[in-house]
Amino acid sequence: MEQDTITAISTPLGEGAIAIVRLSGDHAITIANKIFQGQDLVEVSSHTIHYGKIIDPIKEEIIEEVMISVMRAPKTFTKEDVVEINCHGGIASVNRLLELVLANGARLAEPGEFTKRAFLNGRIDLSQAEAVMDLIRAKTDKAMNVALKQLDGKLSTLVNQLRQKLIETVAHVEVNIDYPEYDDVEEMSNHMLREKTEEVYREVEQLLSMAKQGKILREGIATAIIGRPNVGKSSLLNALVQETKAIVTDIPGTTRDVIEEYVNIRGIPLRLVDTAGIRETEDIVEKIGVERSRQALKQADLILLVLNNGEELTEEDRKLFEAIKDLEYIVIVNKTDLPTKLDRQEVEQLAGKQKVITTALIEDKGIDALEAAISDTFFEGELDSGDLSYVSNVRHIQLLQQTLKALDDAKDAIDANMPIDLVQIDVTRAWELLGEIVGDTVQDSLIDQLFSQFCLGK
Amino acid sequence: MATYEAGQYDVIVIGAGHAGVEAAHAAAKRGASTLMLTMNLDMIAFMPCNPSIGGPAKGIVVREIDALGGLMGKVIDKTYIQMRMLNTGKGPAVRALRAQADKPLYIQEMKKTLEQEPNLTLRQGMVEKLIVEDGKCQGVITETKAIYRANSVIITTGTFMRGRVIIGDISYESGPNNQRASVKLAENLEELGFELVRFKTGTPPRVVNHSIDYSKTEIQPGDEHPEHFSYETTKAIVDQIPCWLTYTNQKTHEIINDNLGLSAMYSGMIKGTGPRYCPSIEDKIVRFHDKPRHQIFLEPEGRNTEEVYVQGLSTSLPEYVQKEILQSIPGLEEAEIMRAGYAIEYDAVVPTQLWPTLEVKNIVGLFTAGQINGTSGYEEAAGQGIMAGINAAAKALDKDTLILDRSQAYIGVLIDDLVTKGTNEPYRLLTSRAEYRLLLRHDNADLRLTEIGYKLGLITEERYQKFEEKKQLIQEEKERLQSIRLKPTEELQTIMEEIGGTRLKDGILAYDLLKRPEVTYEVIEKVCPSEKDLAGDVKEQVEIQIKYQGYIAKSNQQVDRMKKMENKLIPENINYDAISGIATEAREKLKKVQPLSVAQASRISGVNPADISILLVYIEQGNVAKVSNE
Repeated sequence: MEQDTITAISTPLGEGAIAIVRLSGDHAITIANKIFQGQDLVEVSSHTIHYGKIIDPIKEEIIEEVMISVMRAPKTFTKEDVVEINCHGGIASVNRLLELVLANGARLAEPGEFTKRAFLNGRIDLSQAEAVMDLIRAKTDKAMNVALKQLDGKLSTLVNQLRQKLIETVAHVEVNIDYPEYDDVEEMSNHMLREKTEEVYREVEQLLSMAKQGKILREGIATAIIGRPNVGKSSLLNALVQETKAIVTDIPGTTRDVIEEYVNIRGIPLRLVDTAGIRETEDIVEKIGVERSRQALKQADLILLVLNNGEELTEEDRKLFEAIKDLEYIVIVNKTDLPTKLDRQEVEQLAGKQKVITTALIEDKGIDALEAAISDTFFEGELDSGDLSYVSNVRHIQLLQQTLKALDDAKDAIDANMPIDLVQIDVTRAWELLGEIVGDTVQDSLIDQLFSQFCLGK
Repeated sequence: MATYEAGQYDVIVIGAGHAGVEAAHAAAKRGASTLMLTMNLDMIAFMPCNPSIGGPAKGIVVREIDALGGLMGKVIDKTYIQMRMLNTGKGPAVRALRAQADKPLYIQEMKKTLEQEPNLTLRQGMVEKLIVEDGKCQGVITETKAIYRANSVIITTGTFMRGRVIIGDISYESGPNNQRASVKLAENLEELGFELVRFKTGTPPRVVNHSIDYSKTEIQPGDEHPEHFSYETTKAIVDQIPCWLTYTNQKTHEIINDNLGLSAMYSGMIKGTGPRYCPSIEDKIVRFHDKPRHQIFLEPEGRNTEEVYVQGLSTSLPEYVQKEILQSIPGLEEAEIMRAGYAIEYDAVVPTQLWPTLEVKNIVGLFTAGQINGTSGYEEAAGQGIMAGINAAAKALDKDTLILDRSQAYIGVLIDDLVTKGTNEPYRLLTSRAEYRLLLRHDNADLRLTEIGYKLGLITEERYQKFEEKKQLIQEEKERLQSIRLKPTEELQTIMEEIGGTRLKDGILAYDLLKRPEVTYEVIEKVCPSEKDLAGDVKEQVEIQIKYQGYIAKSNQQVDRMKKMENKLIPENINYDAISGIATEAREKLKKVQPLSVAQASRISGVNPADISILLVYIEQGNVAKVSNE
């Protein structure tokens, strides 16, 4: 209902080389400007396109190279200020970009909301009206169905438990306010409120960390295969792809570009990123490719380091070990069909707690062991399909983050010794935000709680 | 018996309870010649239940009524026996005044005030029938066959419509306190197509003052320096009378449990829906059986009466059981009942049949206000009354109507809830019903509404000038504090330590110092006093507005967002059946409620965001044709 700035990925996910994140609203340009390194977008003229980098302003980290189009109202699709960020089409990078835009003040658009705004601002022709209505209805219903399915599982149970805790607290404070003389209701103090708030805060944090696992299930484990040339990286890739007959989503580009492929290992989606080898180079064109490979390494959830059993450990291998230190990885000693020249003891030592497995990919040996190791690493061997209902969409994550913010505000207010009815504004807000996840924010339920929890009245 | 023409008025008010008196007074003040008809002129603004006015949310309504130029605040300020400010330990938004009333004196004072109103005629008579022609209400016919004609009629019949009193297994047709029930009018409303519901409420027994042993109870005194409801009141009543507190016990609960079958509530005699916030004692014992005791407040009904109201003991048990219950309670062992408690059932109008002006949707010129609309409480009734009076006069005189929105007043929240959501139990205002609670404070009711009251002609020129001065002073003082930079002198550091605050590291604006939680305006007065002799309410405003600025700004942002949707009006002649895509439930609700704005539509339960989007699209179609070529 609010006319704030909305955003969404406006290209189909996972298809095509380029994805577009679109923003519309009064703050579209200022929000984009906050995360853009290049020209000052506030100053540029309307309907122009600009090259630059997307940076995370908090971590001061470069996320993407992009082209940004700035279009000022009213000559835009929605008749509001519109910004379109063109980035590379990989799911992970687009989502990262979207999250960044959300974190900087935009709100995720409802299904069909851009079209709705275009319509409301008089941009779309009268004859299209009926079609727009059908669109809104269909999209919303579909979204609702999806949301409802998601809510059957653990997430809704967890969120509802948290909401119950909050509403009991809120109702308690409300009773103190509306029935100040009733002594059978203990006076809720800021101290008690703080305990409750912190308890819920911790649990929301936990939910958010589960969100990471949910994201893995939705987007796949970003997996990088690294190793010196000719150790068997391509064979590994082919073996995994053949094994799973996964949908291949490759991003066309130069030969040096990163290739992403999806494979399915025991129900766990793996998003394979081939880094085209990591080596020192003076060649400027190749360097861009290597740089991006390094980038891919840092972003990977899992690294598969391939070594050659038939050769001694090289300085380059040791450098690779060094590069992936502190990351999650599995060492694959390939070519066990060849006589062993590799110092296995040193490998075990370098790997430390990380798993080391052996394969002879040319003979199709060892893939099972690799799959087991991957599965163990992420889900301790078992993947309960019920876990799929964990927090897994950006909207939920966004709402949970806002909930944390509201609870934080409440804690600050308590520290500032604010009156309890003001502290409570933020606690109630947290309850409402959680309610948006499960689709229930009706104020009446608070009043119901009030009367069922306490014995009141003249 | 033949009817006769008894007079022509702009506005007729049926009933003289808390809604009726405000309605009649406001209509008259707006310039409408007004007739107030009541069954019994000795019962004007009678309080059939507890002898108190105000409390959380309700007390704020009283202040709002006063800021609009209404009567309740002024009259209670002249007739209270005790005044208390509640929630003083909490934030400014939830503080609330409550007065214990002298019931007979309140009636006298209210009657006197109304009698002095030049545009207002008081007359005794029971209305039996409305004159409705061509969908327009044009007057009323009384039991004694008098015909009164008018352009607008307001019904404020409280719990009188087909009222039925129940005590144990005894039940009889009656209004509250054994007054006559209004039966014919209820039948007439049914004929006119009104949808009615059956509600229930109740009241506790009254006991003789000198039969109470107060030594076994705890005293509940009034405030030493009482504040008042009306912004015009200057004189405090000094000799306040205390209330007293005692408790039920296991024996009380045993008596109630043993006799539960005799309670009208549990024997099935009562069919109406009762309010959850005002349960009978038998309800409390059943629903909260693990509570070892319940509070009982003993409240005098006035200075010149022996009657004492036993708050907390509302019941429909037989009279002899009521006596047993009372005598099980410390202090009431010898208590003599003067009036027994009873339950009362009555007809109420389903309030979604009303526009937000309180005009009935399908009968032009007819308004309803107060308990007849499904509310409960004197303050809720009075709040609706003044709005119905303002709007009925507007209708009759072709002036502007007034609708208060949810960010302007609790009265706005109340009426919006009623006409948008309806209610399935007697409705009581709670602070939690207001989403902008922080803006709807009791201390700023005048700042919110005096201007409106003045424009309507309900606020005198003199009072308005004073109000403007106050506003000016608040503004100036805030600006002054913005302009003063305080140095961290030893004197100031000592003060900070004395009030339990942290020492200042640097110079600070007086304005910012006041923002600190431990700093009150008193501190400012010590450090950098104003040259002007500022009144207490000015200082209070300055402190609240500065100290809670952050929260207030947040609320204001919320309001701004809502206003955008509030300003998107739904055309009067909209045909919901013609809009494809709206869900069936939402369509039915929209047709029934006929919301005026998109914001109101979005508050109807069962209307979801997708329906609102479709509605928006449909409404904007007319505009689209005009701009699509741009």
